[in-house]
Amino acid sequence: MIKIENVHKSFGNLKVLNGINLEVTKGKSVVVIGSSGSGKSTLLTCINGLEKIQEGKIFVDGIEVNEKKTDLNLLRTKIGMVFQQFNVFPHLTTLDNITLALKVVLKKSNEESKLIAIEQLKKVDLFEKADIYPNKLSGGQQQRLAIARALAMSPSYMLFDEITSALDPMLVGEVLDTLRILKKDGMTMVIVTHELRFAREVADLIAFVHEGKILELDHPGEVFDRPKNDETKKFLERALK
Amino acid sequence: MESNGTVEIITGLHIGDFFFMLQGAKRTIILTLVSISLGTILGLFIGILRGVFNKYVNYIFGLFLDFVRSVPLIIQFILVNAYFGISGHAKSPFFIGVLVLSIYSGAYISEVVRAGVLAVPLTTRRAARSLGLSWFHDLFYIVFPIGSRAVFPSWINIVIGLFKDTSLIAVIGYIELLRAGEIIITRTWEPILVLGCVGLFYFIICYPISKWSERFEKKVLT
Repeated sequence: MIKIENVHKSFGNLKVLNGINLEVTKGKSVVVIGSSGSGKSTLLTCINGLEKIQEGKIFVDGIEVNEKKTDLNLLRTKIGMVFQQFNVFPHLTTLDNITLALKVVLKKSNEESKLIAIEQLKKVDLFEKADIYPNKLSGGQQQRLAIARALAMSPSYMLFDEITSALDPMLVGEVLDTLRILKKDGMTMVIVTHELRFAREVADLIAFVHEGKILELDHPGEVFDRPKNDETKKFLERALK
Repeated sequence: MESNGTVEIITGLHIGDFFFMLQGAKRTIILTLVSISLGTILGLFIGILRGVFNKYVNYIFGLFLDFVRSVPLIIQFILVNAYFGISGHAKSPFFIGVLVLSIYSGAYISEVVRAGVLAVPLTTRRAARSLGLSWFHDLFYIVFPIGSRAVFPSWINIVIGLFKDTSLIAVIGYIELLRAGEIIITRTWEPILVLGCVGLFYFIICYPISKWSERFEKKVLT
């Protein structure tokens, strides 16, 4: 379980998170929506400790992320993350993009790493591209590779940070399909997205974030059809127009 | 030679001169190899510190590097040599040469390394860390390979520049290729021929390096 308690985060004078409370239970997917700059992405990077928080606590499986004793590198193997800009490693082949962390972090043998990588590549339909470099892949393919790379570590949780925002509209579908499969397999996910139709489809809970606070947290039906907060209403009106 | 009772000072080139120059060339190459190796290690160290750490580290090293890069190499040779001489720990010209050239090339290389570190997108490094790679793993498996591709041509330029700069060490009495040539010229008075040979030798070494690096860049780094 991921437990976020009263988290505050600022960059210099800019307050980005302003007392966030959220629980993500096993097997559930929480979709975070809200305008740009509301702090959604920062929230994700705080969960795996890429960003430090100034106040509050975040627990992943009972381990406090910002505790000094916490082995963040170990903890991060349990939390997969996929980014907006794909961030595949340009100097490694598709296959090696996946095997790197398996070998270096999880200390798996070459053979085992390769087997895992091939299995993951098949899942995201990139097996034929195993030996080519990412610059020969389309945006959608690169993003699927990034997803496969994260999944290869067998994480307990997955964080998705606007993973379709940098994609051609034509390529959004193939990436979202990958997420649909994950959802079916019962992966625990926190998804930040602007694709509201998709959000409604895969979310167990929708969190609407505004100015660093969660203003509404409920089932998709409630949030989308019967929003209670005025800011939520305004946002949905603008977004669904 | 002494047929008419005079000593002939000016004599023609002979085969021994060629070997003399070859010996100078060997010294030039060794000096370059040792200096560029040490300079690269030093440059990596300083460059990574500067690329990764805060502005204070940057400022202190920056000052030192600016000094090394602003003072002409030939003066650095003389000053460092004089320092060791005056302090009573005179060192061989080879030692002084390696010391000065390593620091000099290290200064330039550190700037190249820093540029290389900064050429790696922060988001790529974050992705690496999100997979559980440690700071050191990130540096070794992500920053080095991506950054070195970005700055390899600049590094090659420094190697070639340094190879030619070794000739300045003659000022403290080290007989490398150019100095060997000059010695022969004082005896033979054949400056054009001898300097032509010396120049050709520099070219024979530098040209393949730059050609090879171009091919290496095209083949391996893209």
